[in-house]
Formats: sequence, C-alpha cells, structure tokens
Amino acid sequence: MAALGHFNYWIVVILMMIGFYCVIARGNMVKKMIGLNIFQTSVFILFISAGKIIGGSTPILRKGVELYSNPLPHVLILTAIVVGVATTAVGLALAMRIKEAYGTIEDDLIHDDEPAAEDEGNR
Amino acid sequence: MTLVELMPFSVLVPLIAAPLCALLPGRILPWLLALASAIASTVIAALVLPQAIDGPLSYAFGNWPPPIGIEYRVDSANAFVALLVSGLAVLATLWGRKSVNEELDQPQGVFYSLFLLALAGLMGITLTGDAFNVFVFLEISSLSTYALIAHGPDRRALLASFRYLIMGTVGATFFLIGVGFLYIMTGTLNMADLAERLPEVADTRTVHVALAFIIVGMGLKLAMLPLHLWLPNAYTYAPNFISVFIAGTATKVALYVMIRMIYTVFGADYSYAVLPLTAVFLALALAGMFIGAWTAIFQANLKRMLAWSSISQVGYMLLGLALGTVAGLTATFLHLFNHALIKAALFMAVGTVAWRVGSVRIEAFRGLGRQMPWTMTAFALAGLSIIGIPTTAGFISKWYLILAAMDAGQPWLVALIVISSLMAVVYVWRVIEAAWFQSRPADAETVREAPLSLLVPLWLMVGLNFWFGLDTRLPVAGATAAAEALFGPTGVTP
Amino acid sequence: MREHGILRIVARLLIPLIMLFGLYIQFHGDYSPGGGFQAGVVFASAWILFVLIYGLDDALKVIPERAMFVLMLLGVLLYAAVGIAGVLLGGHFLNFYPLLPGKHAAQQFGIITVELGVGVTVATVMMLIFTQFARRRQLLAEVNEEVD
Repeated sequence: MAALGHFNYWIVVILMMIGFYCVIARGNMVKKMIGLNIFQTSVFILFISAGKIIGGSTPILRKGVELYSNPLPHVLILTAIVVGVATTAVGLALAMRIKEAYGTIEDDLIHDDEPAAEDEGNR
Repeated sequence: MTLVELMPFSVLVPLIAAPLCALLPGRILPWLLALASAIASTVIAALVLPQAIDGPLSYAFGNWPPPIGIEYRVDSANAFVALLVSGLAVLATLWGRKSVNEELDQPQGVFYSLFLLALAGLMGITLTGDAFNVFVFLEISSLSTYALIAHGPDRRALLASFRYLIMGTVGATFFLIGVGFLYIMTGTLNMADLAERLPEVADTRTVHVALAFIIVGMGLKLAMLPLHLWLPNAYTYAPNFISVFIAGTATKVALYVMIRMIYTVFGADYSYAVLPLTAVFLALALAGMFIGAWTAIFQANLKRMLAWSSISQVGYMLLGLALGTVAGLTATFLHLFNHALIKAALFMAVGTVAWRVGSVRIEAFRGLGRQMPWTMTAFALAGLSIIGIPTTAGFISKWYLILAAMDAGQPWLVALIVISSLMAVVYVWRVIEAAWFQSRPADAETVREAPLSLLVPLWLMVGLNFWFGLDTRLPVAGATAAAEALFGPTGVTP
Repeated sequence: MREHGILRIVARLLIPLIMLFGLYIQFHGDYSPGGGFQAGVVFASAWILFVLIYGLDDALKVIPERAMFVLMLLGVLLYAAVGIAGVLLGGHFLNFYPLLPGKHAAQQFGIITVELGVGVTVATVMMLIFTQFARRRQLLAEVNEEVD
C-alpha cells in the first residue's frame, strides 16, 4: 500500500518514460516533439502534485480557512509551461522548414552524409 | 545608484534592448543597438568583478528579501564568468557585422534581437542565485540559440538546430527534475538557502537522484563526452557570427552552472562522496580529450574540426573538476576563460576566410597564407594558443592544470595532457600546411586580404590570447578567487 | 468553413464570450486566480476560432500582422517600463511600492500594469505563431500548385 500512496509519482514516472521513449525511438520529427511534450508534462505533474497539501484549500486568502495548498509550484510550472509552448513552437517551425528543404520529416530518410561539394554552400 | 543596484542591469540591458532591436529597420541600427547593449553589459560586469572578489553582492528583485524573492547573488565565480560572456559578446558583435550581412539578406532587427536574448539568457544564468531562475534563463538562451543556428545558410543548419533543440530540451528538463526534487525536499529554490537546508535531508535517495539529474542535464548542455552529439553540427552550420559567440560562451556557462550546483548547493564533500564524481569526470574528461582531438584531425570542414576541438577542450575543464581540489578548480576556471578566447579567435579566423573565399573546407585554404597573410597569421597564432605554446593563454591554463594534477598526486595525467596537446598540433598543422606549404590551385581566383572591420576584432582577440598569456594577473586572480569562493571560507578539499 | 451555418452561428456567439472571459481573467488577476498568461491565451483562442471559421485573410483585417508584432514587443516593454520605474523612483527592479503613495494601491497598480503587458504579449505571440504556421501552409499550397 505504501507504493500506492505515491501514485502521483508513478504517473510521473510512467508518463516520463512514454515521452522519453517517444523522443528516442521515433524518427518522425512531429512525433519527437509530441514525445518531448509528454516528457515535459510529466515534470509539470511532479511539481504540481508536490504543491498539494492534503486537506489544504485553494490558496486564496479568506476567512475560516487555516490550511492552504502551496501556490508556488503552480507559478513555477506556469513559467515552465510557457517555456514548453515556446519550445514546441520553435521545434514545429523547424520541422516545417525541414519539410520544405528536404521534402520529409522522417529522420531516417534524411541523409546527413551529403556530398562534400555541398559544404561549399556553407559559408 | 550604487554598484549593487547597477548589477542586474548587465542582464536587463540586453533583455530590454531585445524587443527594441526587433523594431529597428535595416541592418546598421540593430547592430549598433546590439553592440551598445553588449558594451553596457560588459562595463557593468567589469565594475562588479573587483567588488565581488571582496565579498558576495546580493540584489533582491522587487525588494522581496531572499529566499522568498528572486535574488541575484554575485561572488567572484559568477562575476568572472559574466565578464567573460559579455566581453566576448562585444568582440563577436564587432566582428560579426560584415559576416552577418553576407549570410542574411533580410533586415536584421529580429536576428540581433535573438542574439541579445541569448546574451541576456547567458548573463542571467550566470548572475542569478535562484535555481529555478537558472532554468528559465537557460531556456531563454537556448531557444534563441536554436533559432539563431537555424539562420545558417546551409539547409543542414535546420537539422542541426532541430537535433540541438531535442537534446537541449531534454537536458534542461533533467535539470528541472533535479531542481524539483530539491524543492520537494527543502521547500526552497534559493541556492544559498538550499545549501543551508540540504544537510538535514542529505542522506535521502531523493537528494542523491537530484544531484545525478542535475549533473546529467548540465552535462548535455556542456557537451560532456557521451552527450556531445548535438555540438559538432550546431557549431558547423550556424552562421559564423553565432559560431564565434556560442563556441565561446554557451558550454562555459553550462559548466559554470554544474560547478555552482556541485560546490555551492550540494557542497563538494557531499557530491564527491555520494556519487563517484572523481572517477566519472576523470573517465569522461580523458575520453573527451582524446576522442575529440582524434576526430578533429580527420575533419575536412574546418568549423567541424574546431567543434570537435571544443569537445576535447571541454575535457580539460572537466579534468580540473575531476581532481576536486582548489588547484584543479582554478585550472578549470582558467581554461574556461582562456578556451573562450582561443576558440572565439579561431572561429573568427575561419569565418573571415569564409567571408572572403566562401568555403570552410580545408581545400579552400590551400595557398591562402600568401593571399590573406593577416588572417592566416592570426589563425596560426590562435592555433599556437590552443596547442599551449608558452607565452599564449592556452599555455597558462594547461600549466595550471599540470600543476594541479601533480599536486593531486596524479603525475600520469601530465603525460596524457601533453599527448592530447600534441594531437592539437596535428590538426592545427594541417591548416597551416595547407595555407603556406601548398600552392593555390591554378583555377582558384586570387583573393585579397579581408577588410579591416573583420581583421581588427580578429587581431584584438588574438592579442588578448597573448596578453593573457604574458600578463596573467586578471585570469589567474579571477580564477583563484572563483575557486576559493566556491570552496567556501574553509577551503577544505574533499 | 464560412458556409457551415451552425459553426458560424455558434462561433459568433462564442467569440465575444471567450474574449470577455479573457478580459475577466486579465483584470481580476490581482486578487483572484488569473493573470496575463492565462488571459492572453484565452483571448488569442477567440481570435484563432475566428480564423478557423472566417479564414486568415478576414482575421488579418481585424488586426494586421505588423500590428501584432509591434504589440508583442510593446507588451514586453510595458513590463520593463514598470520595472525600470521602480528603479528610478528609488526601489529595486519590479519594486511596486515607490510607484504610488498608498501601499495597497501601489501593489495593485504595479501588478495590473505588469500583467497587462504580459497579457498583450502572450495574446499577440499566440496569434502570431498561429498566423505564421497558417500562412506557411498557404504559401506551400501555392508553390505546389505552381509546380503541378
């Protein structure tokens, strides 16, 4: 039963592994971004579930309430969510540009070892 | 306004200038604004350093006293790194105007705005005393760096940037997990406060795991050997100006964060006892030194060669860290400083050739020694510095590293340092040989020397390499003070 | 999707309500849950719904792309300006107390202004991201047609 008492951490771990697996094992760049999002979300849950105090009320000051949940993790995670949105936007924008430049977003269809002559374009 | 009140403006000036910069039209105005803010940032950092050596300065944002509010806490370690980052930004910007004009046709307001954000992010990471704030600034600088790398003229820049984004985000998230565990255990995010509260809970699995997550996360960001895969392509395909800037700063700042977390937050005694850090860092440092240098020897693309050389140089810095002594940490900080100067000079020299010739492949360098003597001489001199010839900055840091290795009773490391330096001779010599001892191909057009606006910053950078090779007061005093500040007043070695 | 009557009517009903809700979250952010981030996203979602129903061209007539870009930067600058004002009036960066004589009034004024800057920036950034992606697809489709 002790293990079940920490079920929030189990959810975090499972989500984290799903996301991480997706980032590593998938060749499709959009799927990689989805995996990255799940991975980040698991960390958000880690923070937020740590802020909950059993029996604690929503952290809005009012009469008759003694015990409040900790609002700080929410604020931190709000920032982290914004960071996550920005990361997703940049990643998807890059995927779009890669699609335009290479015609595909499958990692294994893009061959990095292009002929040396192409380095000429790299100034 | 006192100095302490001025201090946060070395972050705020580029941060506020960034949106202004995006509004400016054309090319010259954004560049001027970027240069001006980088200079302002440097001046403030230079003013802060001598004060910070005397004792830590603390600035509370919004007058919320730490540990509740966000605090900027500057001691000699971060003041030293901040001066390096902002100073390098000034020289890179000075050099970068022509190079960026060549690579980017469009108006450059947004480009320089991203550069300023990256600079502000790096400065923020350095100055802040709040663990979560480190994560935020880390992502500010990383996201703008991904976008900047994607500006590279080759389409492979996009791939390099995407892969860097994936690995960089995983690294930053690992760091966030570590910080989350610390927060769960202690209920605070302020680094100084964390250091006070951690001993109570130090023997829990959670704190051990937090340390491991933070080290792996930062290891990704600083391209510690098995986690280095993003670096070669990112440096190779980025615009030359960005290569100069991030090669000098990004990995150094990540290394600083790792050192700060190990030494200030967890405490050196604890970190080195809980995790086999000495063995791990030693193995990874040596692997990095040799694999990096060995791979660099076989690169035909010179920017990629310099990138692999960076991985090898990160190895030297980790080696100092692995020794776990004040002398070792001093050597790490010295090499952090000197390597930034060296690598920026080398990337500037290659970038200058690229600006003129249009290629960074070694074949394009054949016979250039006579046609672009100033540029190639600068490359050769900076090359001497990366090898570690006496009178150069590179020599000083390797000398301190050797002394630290002897001091720690590990003389066999000296031989390895010398051997890997000899490998640096090989890759630098390949370029020198191509430039001076091979003749220009008959069908290649003759090129003229690069204009002064590229040469002057390049030679300034090379000059700094020799200046700090001969007059070692600033880097040695800074690095010693930094190492001593991190070891704390007791100076106990683990 | 202009021709779908149900979608159009529902969107016409929803869009003002979503915008109003966004503004509510924005201006009650100082003493109840809410604030610039959430309000900006909610507000932008109303505009994005508008784009989905009426098309990007009509939506850009409501607010041109350049205006979004400038507003995005002005939002950040408003935030910075409040912070700098605190410094100029003798406090630290983002210190609200020196802004107004009353303690509570100063805090309220500072928070609302800062959150306004955040809200404007977040809303315009979300709209810009959406516009850029939608625009890109349009361009790509046009290029493909030319190739065919």
